[in-house]
Amino acid sequence: MSSLRLAVHQFRYDQKVFWRNPASVFFTALLPVIFLVILATIFGNDRIESLGDIPTTTYYIPAIITLSVVSATFVSLAINLTVSREAGLLKRGRGTPLPEWVFIGGRVGNALVISLVMLVVITVIGRALYGVPVPWSHLGTILVTLVVGAAAFCCLGIALTSVIPSRDAASPITNVIVLPLYFLSGIFIPENEIPDQVLTVAGFFPVRPLFEAFFSAYDPASTPGGFDWSNLLVVVAWGLGGLVLAFRYFRWTPNS
Amino acid sequence: MSEPVIRTRGLRKSYGKLEAVRGLDLEVGAGEVFAILGPNGAGKTTTVEILEGYRERTGGEVEVLGVDPGRPTAAWRERVGIVLQETALEPFLTVRESLSLYAGYYRAPRSVDEVIGLVGLEGQAASRAGRLSGGQRRRLDVGIALIGDPDLLFLDEPTTGFDPSARRQAWAMISGLRELGKTVLLTTHYMDEAQQLADRVAIVAEGEIRAEDSPENLRGSRAGPARITFRLGGGARPDQVPGVGPIEWTGEVTGSGPVGLIETSNPVPAVNRLTGWALEQGFELIDFEVRRPTLEDIYLEVTGP
Repeated sequence: MSSLRLAVHQFRYDQKVFWRNPASVFFTALLPVIFLVILATIFGNDRIESLGDIPTTTYYIPAIITLSVVSATFVSLAINLTVSREAGLLKRGRGTPLPEWVFIGGRVGNALVISLVMLVVITVIGRALYGVPVPWSHLGTILVTLVVGAAAFCCLGIALTSVIPSRDAASPITNVIVLPLYFLSGIFIPENEIPDQVLTVAGFFPVRPLFEAFFSAYDPASTPGGFDWSNLLVVVAWGLGGLVLAFRYFRWTPNS
Repeated sequence: MSEPVIRTRGLRKSYGKLEAVRGLDLEVGAGEVFAILGPNGAGKTTTVEILEGYRERTGGEVEVLGVDPGRPTAAWRERVGIVLQETALEPFLTVRESLSLYAGYYRAPRSVDEVIGLVGLEGQAASRAGRLSGGQRRRLDVGIALIGDPDLLFLDEPTTGFDPSARRQAWAMISGLRELGKTVLLTTHYMDEAQQLADRVAIVAEGEIRAEDSPENLRGSRAGPARITFRLGGGARPDQVPGVGPIEWTGEVTGSGPVGLIETSNPVPAVNRLTGWALEQGFELIDFEVRRPTLEDIYLEVTGP
């Protein structure tokens, strides 16, 4: 059997497991939608003058897409791979003829697909409930940003598992990293309320640049077809760093 | 014996200063059920995980199915089934789905339905692994190890923590594997498990083999005499008992009759003489028992300090 077919086989089961796991479904699929609805309900009538007088909802769509992608990749993989490792499933998988990369590839493929699904869901909700236009002319940019961002955050999530000691520590460690970054990067609080220095610092971490890359595609003032290279490069650099660390430190055997 | 399936010579493993395995020589033939029996911390799991290709050895030679497990290949993995000490299942997949998932990893897997039958989970095929009982989970675990139709199966403490009925069911299942012609390497710290399942047993303590043979021979070779014990009822006195060899008397203090112990390598005539006399005289032989040393006695003897 070719490796690609094996990867598809693995991916199908990873999809089943994802959608049957109530924690995955709630935190990865439902929570971003809940955040969007809450934020739009509270701030939905405001406009952001400093960003060309756009409605806040236009701002929140790419913000919540960023959150969804980080959640489906970095958070999900860090937690679920740790849980699988501590349950002995990674060790068991390694005792089969399955190539190691297929095992990880199935999970990464799953994370990419969930990211795409969430992007579509958030975009559709934005259009249907809040009248945020779908940026069709930026479709290519959005998809490239999605793939690059999701891949980078997958690498970071896989790398993070190596410092998570136990199943119970997985969720706290992961969230203590992402929650402050969401706030500092202007995901929850519109960036015109955040001091410039804070945004500058947030720009060194990967969440803010990914958001800016998505935002520039949704920004009605931006010209179609252009990539936000400078921000994507920051994301790619983080992803490559994660990849190197993952190769070096990833563990297949449980700690306990 | 044809080419052994597992062969180790002077296998050693150290963790820092701790020598977990100290020069183990093993040879397991095709179709054999071989048990490594020993207390916790004897080096059983370390040994098995070296043979499975999970751990690197510190020294010695190892061949499993003709391959050095320190450098496992995918083709070799096709022929080896592994049940780890800890049951490892995906809780959100059903029994059937779990088996189908792993079946996809192998070139020539057994049929999923057949394996469900082998491990006796017909009634749970559509149940999620997370909802199975401990015994059922372990049987699914064994099923996953069998799905690739391996030539060699490793079972690391397959029934630890089971209640007696779950253990009997697991034993029946493992005995069934013998009919499939699989070679099985089993570790356990239960004497009765080794006695029930294994063709040959190696008793391991402190990283060394202390005894190795079939369960029968282990008992036979180290057996010593059989022990006949009884308590005299009906007011009979020790001096009335006919000559059957030296009898050690205890238990007078209880007032319920003296307890006799006879150790003899030839118990049948002694039993015949003793019971004949009791019937004739109308005395009772309370708690009459003839006991051969069990594997447990041998185990305690060879693993003891």
